[in-house]
Amino acid sequence: MTLLSGSDTIQELTIEELRAKVGTGMEIADAEEHMLLSMGPQHPSTHGVLRLLVELDGETVVNLAPDIGFLHTGVEKTMESKTFTKGLVLTDRMDYLSPMSNNLGYILAVEKLLGVEVPPRAQAIRVILTELARISSHLVWLGTHALDLAAMTVFLYCFREREYILDLFEMVSGQRMMVSYFRPGGLWRDLPEDFIPAVRHFLDFFPSRLADYEALLTNNPIFLNRTKGVGVISAEDAVSWGLTGPSLRASGVKWDIRKAQPYCGYEQYEFDVPTQTEGDVYSRYLCRIQEFHESLHILEQALDKLPDGPIRIDDRKIVPPPRSELGHSMEAVIHHFKLWTEGFKAPNGFVYQSVESPRGEFGVYLRGDGGPNPARVHFRAPSYVNLASLPKMAKNLFVADLVAIIGSIDIVLGEIDR
Amino acid sequence: MNRNQLVFDKITAAIPDAIEEVLDFRGEQTLFIYQKHIKAVCQFLRDDAEMQYNMLSDVCADDMLPDYPRFAVNYHLYSIPQNHRLRLRVRVEDPDDGPETVGAIWAVATWLEMEVWDLMGVRFKNNTSLRRLFLPEDWQGHPLRKDYPLGYEDVQFSFNWENIDAKKPYAQE
Amino acid sequence: MGVEQKLGSMGIVTYRLEDLVNWGRTNAMWPLLFGLACCAIEMMSAQASHYDASRFGMELNRPSPRQSDLMIVAGRVSRKMAPVVRRLYDQMAAPKWVIAMGDCASSGGVFNNYAIVQGVDEIVPVDVYVAGCPPRPEALINGIMTLHEKVRGEKIKDWA
Repeated sequence: MTLLSGSDTIQELTIEELRAKVGTGMEIADAEEHMLLSMGPQHPSTHGVLRLLVELDGETVVNLAPDIGFLHTGVEKTMESKTFTKGLVLTDRMDYLSPMSNNLGYILAVEKLLGVEVPPRAQAIRVILTELARISSHLVWLGTHALDLAAMTVFLYCFREREYILDLFEMVSGQRMMVSYFRPGGLWRDLPEDFIPAVRHFLDFFPSRLADYEALLTNNPIFLNRTKGVGVISAEDAVSWGLTGPSLRASGVKWDIRKAQPYCGYEQYEFDVPTQTEGDVYSRYLCRIQEFHESLHILEQALDKLPDGPIRIDDRKIVPPPRSELGHSMEAVIHHFKLWTEGFKAPNGFVYQSVESPRGEFGVYLRGDGGPNPARVHFRAPSYVNLASLPKMAKNLFVADLVAIIGSIDIVLGEIDR
Repeated sequence: MNRNQLVFDKITAAIPDAIEEVLDFRGEQTLFIYQKHIKAVCQFLRDDAEMQYNMLSDVCADDMLPDYPRFAVNYHLYSIPQNHRLRLRVRVEDPDDGPETVGAIWAVATWLEMEVWDLMGVRFKNNTSLRRLFLPEDWQGHPLRKDYPLGYEDVQFSFNWENIDAKKPYAQE
Repeated sequence: MGVEQKLGSMGIVTYRLEDLVNWGRTNAMWPLLFGLACCAIEMMSAQASHYDASRFGMELNRPSPRQSDLMIVAGRVSRKMAPVVRRLYDQMAAPKWVIAMGDCASSGGVFNNYAIVQGVDEIVPVDVYVAGCPPRPEALINGIMTLHEKVRGEKIKDWA
């Protein structure tokens, strides 16, 4: 029995030694004839530090088991030692392709726990920014997925457009990626003046760029051969395996949290939930491509309807006073000081809030115990749950198909390992 | 009829002494289920024609130290046809003798329970694939428990720079 | 202006060996294609169309450590990942350099806890630290250029 591990030494091992060594508890069908291949954690197409243990019969995948945790960051534990506001910073760094969605999920959970509702303008701005984040996240997915399937140009195109969105984020928050722009009770500050025209400009030019990507991929025979009929999962299995987001909708289940359980005023916007029926890599691709269009549609409506008004609630126990008040109001100074040294106290209880992140259902379980720190935070990371069905999808396919499937379920390791 | 009430009534009718307590907080219903009934309740909630909780969103454990029972496991259920979310909460007295696995009901449960075991140390009965998932094989303890230290290191500033620098294990070529 | 004009009619050019070797090393420094976390996305941005690190001859990522000279540790290194990072470093052929990209790789960053190695310099020797969470692509390019400067100053007696 040979084992090709991260090092390139080939060792003779018994089955028991092998089981202990590979550490995934995978059932090995035929240890004598088949080869065990350790793919990752340093592998260009595992989208991070995912390690897959693959049992191969020739080039056919007999069985596989994901080995994760190479990016385990201890976010949930660390947040227990920080106040609610400070914990926000850590959520950015989980799903680093769309930090806005993570921020939103966490902030909505905090607000639910506190029992406050933010003003309509703040909600609309949150919608605008999360939809932009969805586009930018899908752009990275499209670029890297195409790159894995040997289409280099798409990668360069996608990153060109993504830079524009990151510039928009920088405009509002001062950071390209780790924005931390949504705060409990509202936003960090109002939109700068030139933000709206810049988004309008994006809406003008992006559809034609989208047509470019589609021209390069949608009917490309190489792409079709690599994706059609690969990694099929039925609707029933997809639900049982907890798949969410575009991966679920590609199997024909029309379910989107923005429609089913609207948050942030999503019920005001008109949009469609794109579905496909095949459940293969290609339909997941089509679903996400259509989501680009839907996001653009939501953005247009949100910009048109963007209401005026405050961007924060008026509760000084949760939201810091405006800078202008600090100069002449002792009360404001005290509130400001208390808020940044102690934080606000949340009631005793627990809530679960989920939002539709670009990858699926991003859920936050939050428990307060009356103190300024959360007593327990748990994230239901869509990538983590979506990864569970990878062995099912990849069975009896080739190693090369495995690469296509990993790309199509769009995993982010930061979110899987947390 | 109120959906929450309906769920409660149906469970009580099907499995009479399963529900320990009902909690309503911020519009979310939590049903505290006795540990020995959790699998039967889950099976019922998925299969009943009016319930149809076909998706298990999440399983997560909670360390309630210093309360007793110390651990609690949450099952976040969701029904796509009924568009309803429901939380089942199980109080676990002994983490080594935890609730029965629901892997046979929702395929993803095995995977979610693995995380709970690794980070919180609640062992699910009959889940044969429990193993270290996020942490190295030889890791001791379960980090999300309250009695597990955060394990932070002192931050280096200019006043303690030399002190920490002398102890820091720098790597060699 | 090519070298043939310098050669003149003699066919010989005199130059310091260490300058020549260092010039060669800086102009074909191949990074290891190896991303860990958020910083890896910014590393990709640095190599993609907008920032285009290939302007400086530093875009050719090699997926194999055997073929690369530069390891960019882009992101936080967990306790589970640490042995892997060290092994990748050991597999690289000398001379080799390491850039710790971002706060997490440099010092642990915001994650001061049980799971994260507090600075990748505990496992591999680091030449250049790039600050930022994550650093902008310009900052990474600047970091690589700082490393080039360092390599250009290396002396013949320091070569192992």
